[in-house]
Amino acid sequence: MEEIHLTGIRKSYGKEVAVRHLDLTIAPGAFLTILGPSGCGKTTTLRLIAGLEEPEMGEIRFGDRVVFSRREGVIVPPERRNLGLIFQSYALWPHMTVERNITLALKEQHLNSREISERLEAALEKVQMTPYQFRYPSELSGGQQQRVAVARLIASRSSILLMDEPLSNLDAKLRTEMRGELKRLHLDLEATTIYVTHDQIEALTLSDIVVVMDQGEIKQQGTPYDIYHHPENLFVADFIGDPRVNRIAGTIRQKNGAIGLDCGDLWLPIAKDPPPNARDLIATVRPESIKVSTEAKEDWLKVTLESVQPTGADTILQARSENTSITMLQPGFIRMDIGDPLWIDFDAESLNFFDVDSEANLFN
Amino acid sequence: MSLNTNYSRSEASALSRNNLAYHLYRLMNRPERILGFLCLAVLGVLVLVPLFEIVHDSFVYQSYDLAYRPDAKVGAFTLFHLERVFTGPLSKALFLKPLLNSVGIGVCVTILGVGIGSGLAWLLVRTDIRFKGVFGALVVVPYMMPSWVLALAWLSLFKNDRIGGTEGMFTSFFGVQPPDWVSYGFFPIVICLALHYFAYGYLLMSGALATVDSELEEAGAICGLNRRQRLWRITLPLLLPALGSAVVLTFIRILGTFGTPALLGLPVRFYTFSTQIYASLNARNSGDAYVLALVLIVMAITFIWINSRIIGIRKSFVTLTGKGFRQREIGLGAWRWPATIAVAAFVAVTVLLPLLILLWESLVITPGEYSLQGLTAHFWVGESDTDIAYGEPGIVHSPGILTALWNSIKLGVLAAVCNGLFGLMVGYAAVRGRGTLLSRWLEGVAFAPYIFPSIALGAIYIGMFSTPWGPLPALYGTFTILVLITVVKNLPFTSRTGIAAMLQIDKSLEETARVQGIGWFRRMAKIVIPMSTSGLIAGMLLTFITTMRELSLIILLLSPANMVLTGLIFNYNEQDMTQHSGAVTLLLVMIIVGVNLLVRVFTGGAGLSGLRST
Repeated sequence: MEEIHLTGIRKSYGKEVAVRHLDLTIAPGAFLTILGPSGCGKTTTLRLIAGLEEPEMGEIRFGDRVVFSRREGVIVPPERRNLGLIFQSYALWPHMTVERNITLALKEQHLNSREISERLEAALEKVQMTPYQFRYPSELSGGQQQRVAVARLIASRSSILLMDEPLSNLDAKLRTEMRGELKRLHLDLEATTIYVTHDQIEALTLSDIVVVMDQGEIKQQGTPYDIYHHPENLFVADFIGDPRVNRIAGTIRQKNGAIGLDCGDLWLPIAKDPPPNARDLIATVRPESIKVSTEAKEDWLKVTLESVQPTGADTILQARSENTSITMLQPGFIRMDIGDPLWIDFDAESLNFFDVDSEANLFN
Repeated sequence: MSLNTNYSRSEASALSRNNLAYHLYRLMNRPERILGFLCLAVLGVLVLVPLFEIVHDSFVYQSYDLAYRPDAKVGAFTLFHLERVFTGPLSKALFLKPLLNSVGIGVCVTILGVGIGSGLAWLLVRTDIRFKGVFGALVVVPYMMPSWVLALAWLSLFKNDRIGGTEGMFTSFFGVQPPDWVSYGFFPIVICLALHYFAYGYLLMSGALATVDSELEEAGAICGLNRRQRLWRITLPLLLPALGSAVVLTFIRILGTFGTPALLGLPVRFYTFSTQIYASLNARNSGDAYVLALVLIVMAITFIWINSRIIGIRKSFVTLTGKGFRQREIGLGAWRWPATIAVAAFVAVTVLLPLLILLWESLVITPGEYSLQGLTAHFWVGESDTDIAYGEPGIVHSPGILTALWNSIKLGVLAAVCNGLFGLMVGYAAVRGRGTLLSRWLEGVAFAPYIFPSIALGAIYIGMFSTPWGPLPALYGTFTILVLITVVKNLPFTSRTGIAAMLQIDKSLEETARVQGIGWFRRMAKIVIPMSTSGLIAGMLLTFITTMRELSLIILLLSPANMVLTGLIFNYNEQDMTQHSGAVTLLLVMIIVGVNLLVRVFTGGAGLSGLRST
C-alpha cells in the first residue's frame, strides 16, 4: 500500500483550465472520493493519476516512485503504473468472453496458467459471475457487466484502485447493493482507492476522506462528517446535503447581550465570538437540525407551511416567514395542510456562518 | 502562462536540459502520433512528391526536349512545355481539340447520365413501380463492370470498315455500313459513357431521395401546392446539394476516363484529354503529357471546390432524425405498368444486351460472320490452332490469359489487403489524434488522390518512378508500381472506412488495456484489429472489385511482363481479336459480379452503397 502524492498539478485543454494548481495526498489504504458537479475536474484528476492524460506541470508520486515530473522530465506510461481502473462504461471488450476479458492482461504479463486460472476463479467467485464466464458482454445485463469489470479489477491485484463513477449506469436498487460490494472490495484487496462521483450519497457512505472539487480547484478535503457539518465555504455547504441547506443572509448585531445574526424576520444566535471586522454574513442551516413544533412556543419563530413532501421515512416541509423561505426535514410520514402554522427554532451549534464576499466559513 | 515563471533560474535550466528527453517520452506515450507521422511521410512520398515532380518537370528542360531544341540546357527553367501545349502550332491538336472534346463529352454525359440516374432513382425510391428489388440490384451492374464494356459491345455491333478489319453485327445483318459518326467518335462515346455513369448518378441520388422526409412535401400539399409545384418548390431544392454533387463528381470522372474514348475515338483520331495523354506518352513527348495531366488536375480541383461551395453554403438539407420520418410512395396510377416495362427495357439494354453481344462475339468462329451455324467454344476452351486468331488458344489453355487473370486477382487481393491495413492505420492516427494539426493534414493528404483523374495519376507515376528516387528503385514496369498506384487511388475510400471503423471503437476500450499493462502492438493485435475487421471487409472487397475493373489508372504502367485482364482486353481489341476480347471481358464481368455477391452476403446488401464513393 502506497501513499499517492499530487503536487502542483495543472492541466488545461487549449484555453480551458480543467485542473488548477492541485495538491493532494492520499494516505495508504484510504478510500478517497473526489466529489463535485460535472466539469469540475474530478475525472480529469483521476485520468492524470492513471497516466491517461499528461499534466502541464507538477509531480505525481506513488510512494517513492515518481510517475510524473515535469521538472525531472519523467513520464511513466499507464501501462507501467500498475493500477486498476473501472470506467463508467465498464469498457468490456465486446469481442471477448467474460473469461477472456478478465484474463487477457494476465496472459500478456506472461503469468503461468495455473496462477491465471486461480485468479480467474477467485475473481468470478467474488462477484458471483462463475456461471457466466463464457458469455459475451452483449449477453449480460448492465449489473452483470459491472460485476465483470469489478472482477477484472480483482484479478489484477493492483494496490491502487481508480473508479470513475462506476455506479452511475445502474438503477437505484442495484446501486445501493453494489455500493457495499465496492467498499468490501477495497477492504479485501487492502488497496488505496480513489473514487470519483457526483453523487454525494456514495461519497458520504463509502469514503474515509472526501475531496470536494469545483472548477478545477479543491474546495474542501476532509472526513464525511467534517464535510457535512463543518463546510469550509459556501460551495461545499450548498453542494452537500439533500435536501439543500438553507441559506439566510443577515448582519451581525447585538441583542440582549448576545451576538447574533439579524436576518430581517429571523434572529440566528452565533455561538462563538466572530472576528472583529465581520459584518454581513450568510448563515447555513441544515433542514434536519431545525426544531419544529406544531404548537406555539415562546421565542420560537412562527412560519406558515407552503408545501409538504413525504419521502417515506422523512418529510420535507417548506414554510415561509414573511420574506424568508425555510426548508425543514422531519422524521416520519407527516400529513399536514398548506397554510398550517408551525413554530421553529434554531440550535446555535448546528449553524455555520460565511462571509458574504470570500464565502469562507468564519469559524473554521 | 509560461512554465518558467514557476521555477527558479537554476530549475529552469535543468528543465531545458531535460526537455528533449521529456518530449521524447511524451511522443512515446502517444503511439498514434508516431503512426500519424509515418503514414503522412509515406503518403507524402506517394501522393505529394509525384505531384511536385510533375510540376517541376513541366517547367524544366528534359532530355527528350533536345530533339526540338538542341541547344537547350537540361534542368534549366523553361516555359517550352507550356508553349508547346498552349500556344505553339500543335496546341490546337494537343490541347484545344482534346479540351473541347473532353468538356463536350463531359457536359453531355453528365446531363444524360445524371438525368437518367435521377429519374431512375426517383422511380425506384419514391414511386410504387413494380419489381423494385430486382431493378435495384440490376441497375447498378453497369457500374460494377468496367466502363468500356459497353464500348466493346458497341464496336461489335456498329463498327464499319473505316479502320479495316472485320465487319460488325449491324453490317452483317443489314448489309449496310453504319456511318462514321455512329460507329466512332463523339456520339457513341457519349452514349456508352452515359449508359455506364447513369448508375453512379443513381447511387448518389437514390441515397439522397431515401432521406427526404415526405412530411415536408405533405406540408406543401396542405398549403395548397399541387404536385408539380411541390416537386419544383420543395423536393428539388432539398435535393439540390446531392444533385450538385452528382453533377460535379460525374463530370470529373468523365474527364479522366480512358477506356471508352480510346476504343471509340482513337480509330478516327478523336482525342480527349485522357487519350491525348496516352498518345503523347507513347510518342515519347512526355512533357506534353505532363502539362495536360496538370490541366486535368487543376480542372478537377476547381470543380471539387465548386462542389464544396455548393454543399457548404447550403449545407445538407437531408433530415436525419428517425422520428416522424415517413416515406410515402407516390402512386403512378395508369403509368405504373408502362413505367415498369420502360425500366425493364432499359435494364435489358444496358445490362443484358451488351453481355449477350459479347457472348455471341466470343462464340463466332470466323470474325464478321454472325450466323448461328458458325458458333464454337474454341475461344473459351480450345487449344492453339494456327488457323484461328494467330494461334492464340482459348481462355482455358492460354498461358497469357491465365497469367493476366492471375495478375489481376493478385493485384486485387494485394491492393485490398494493403489498402485495408493502411486505411486502418490512417483511421487510427486520424481518429485518436482528432483535433490535432497532424490528424487534419493526414486526413487531407489521404483524400487528395480522390481529385486526381486516374489517367493523370498514371502519368505522374510514370514521371516519378521511371528513374530511381532516393531509396526507391526505378519501379516503372514492375508489379510493385501497379500495387502502389492502386493503393494510392483507393486510399480516400479506405481511409474513410478506416476512420468509420475506428470511431466505433471507443477510446476507453484501449485505455483500459493500457492501464492493465498491455502495450501498443498487443493492443492493436488483440483489440483494435479484431474489432475493425467486419467494418473493413466490405471496404476491402470493394477495393478488389474496383481494382479488377480498372484500366485508366494502370494503362500507362502496364508492361508485357505485368499484364492484367483489362490491359489484355485492350490489346486484343487493338489487334482486332474480337472473340478473345469478348470472351475475356465476359470472364472479367463474371468474376466481378461473383465477388459482388460475396459483398452482399457479408454486408446484407449494405455494401453496394459503398460503390458511390469509388
